[in-house]
Amino acid sequence: MNEALRRLKNNLLESGKDLLPIVLVIAFFQIAVLQRPIPDFSSIALGTFYILIGLTLFVFGLRTGLFPVGENLAHAFVNRGSLFWLLAFAFTLGFSSTIAEPALIAVAKKAAQVASTGGIINTTESAINSFAMTLRLSIAFSVGLAVILGVVRILKGWSIQWLVIGGYLLVLLTTLIAPEWIIGIAYDSGGVTTSTITVPLVTALGVGLASGIRGRNPLTDGFGMIAICALLPIIAVMFFGILL
Amino acid sequence: MSFINPFISMFWDIAPIIATIFIFQLLILKQKIPHIKEVLLGLLMVWIGLTFFILGLEKALFPLGKLMAEQLTSLDFLGKEELAWFDYYWVYIFAASIGFATTIAEPSLLAVAIKAEQVSGGAIKPWSLRITVALGVALGIALGSYRIVVGVPLHYFILVGYLVVIIQTYFAPKQIIALAYDTGGVTTSTVTVPLVAALGLGLASTIEGRNPLIDGFGLIAFASLFPIMSVLAYVQLKHLIDK
Repeated sequence: MNEALRRLKNNLLESGKDLLPIVLVIAFFQIAVLQRPIPDFSSIALGTFYILIGLTLFVFGLRTGLFPVGENLAHAFVNRGSLFWLLAFAFTLGFSSTIAEPALIAVAKKAAQVASTGGIINTTESAINSFAMTLRLSIAFSVGLAVILGVVRILKGWSIQWLVIGGYLLVLLTTLIAPEWIIGIAYDSGGVTTSTITVPLVTALGVGLASGIRGRNPLTDGFGMIAICALLPIIAVMFFGILL
Repeated sequence: MSFINPFISMFWDIAPIIATIFIFQLLILKQKIPHIKEVLLGLLMVWIGLTFFILGLEKALFPLGKLMAEQLTSLDFLGKEELAWFDYYWVYIFAASIGFATTIAEPSLLAVAIKAEQVSGGAIKPWSLRITVALGVALGIALGSYRIVVGVPLHYFILVGYLVVIIQTYFAPKQIIALAYDTGGVTTSTVTVPLVAALGLGLASTIEGRNPLIDGFGLIAFASLFPIMSVLAYVQLKHLIDK
């Protein structure tokens, strides 16, 4: 149990380090540039405390519960030799880790609220919730596909730059037919998706795969997975906007 | 209690990943989960942690991003009514500072930087890579704020950015390309994203003539694209000097 407490303490320090730059920059601007107190300070301080506690427990839980099993599974499916199950696992991993991604939960809700104020959808709570959910599902689905693509790339030894340049081209073409209001949300979705849960799990799969295959270098071939996961959602969200 | 409802709804957000792990482990691999008690404790922590985190985001980070946007663009702070794009210089400085400070402190970037040192055989130093990426994010978010202020369509900037990345890729040493592409996704952390999103939306709703839906998003896209360019540029420069 001492070991767990020590890890919890480290996670607390890490979360603090994540938040500290934001607190310092905002404090500096508030004191030196704007020269006024933060309105509603106590509520924001309480919220910051929630973030600190929440992030600490969240990352602690991921490292104790989810990541070891996830990495173990990734290795097991790499070594099992069944392409079907490897790809099925790859898709499910990408999909389900994206659904749990906190930044995406928060930003999708925000996007839904802005879309409803902007007159794209109804202002009812259920319309907002269903927009946010469909947005997240499209992104998660595309991340699932992206992880499959990343796995196939490593298996076949395709070079990442052709995939990424091809992806850029698709983004360009889809932008031409996408409604104007979805473009910002779509372009942002790539960066939002690849975060706390997805990056470690997907990287573990990529590196595990690259080290399991002869002729692949985990350090060079293991990378590139995240780039694909950040690219496909852009296209998927624009299609979501086209179809809506 | 204001905690109960979000706590229950968060369960559905983590249910898929828990189901994935249990189904693949138990039904397909047909193996027991090692250290099951620890794993269950971890999953409970994920659930509680996520609930607090999301509550905190809505209580602190979203309001803060919006507040900073409103304060830095308010007429009594700027002191005049006729405003050109450069009158908003504190907005750009704030955007760049947030981008730089949060990226330098980002733990997952540190992990990538250490791997980059290994890939390059020691040519890329972790510390200089982190500064390079942080400068990329700072420049990206500042330019993104400028875009919101002037109201140019987002995709013009991004497409030019893609073009630059493609040209840089052509000249970059092969073994570093995948890593450089990945830095874009890695830098935008869970804490930075909501704050920056709220900043963009705040700017677009306070600056006259801007529409939050059309102009408010896009800062995160800048923050994910610019580090790719800055890392490729850094590697290229390093390569030339070493030759």
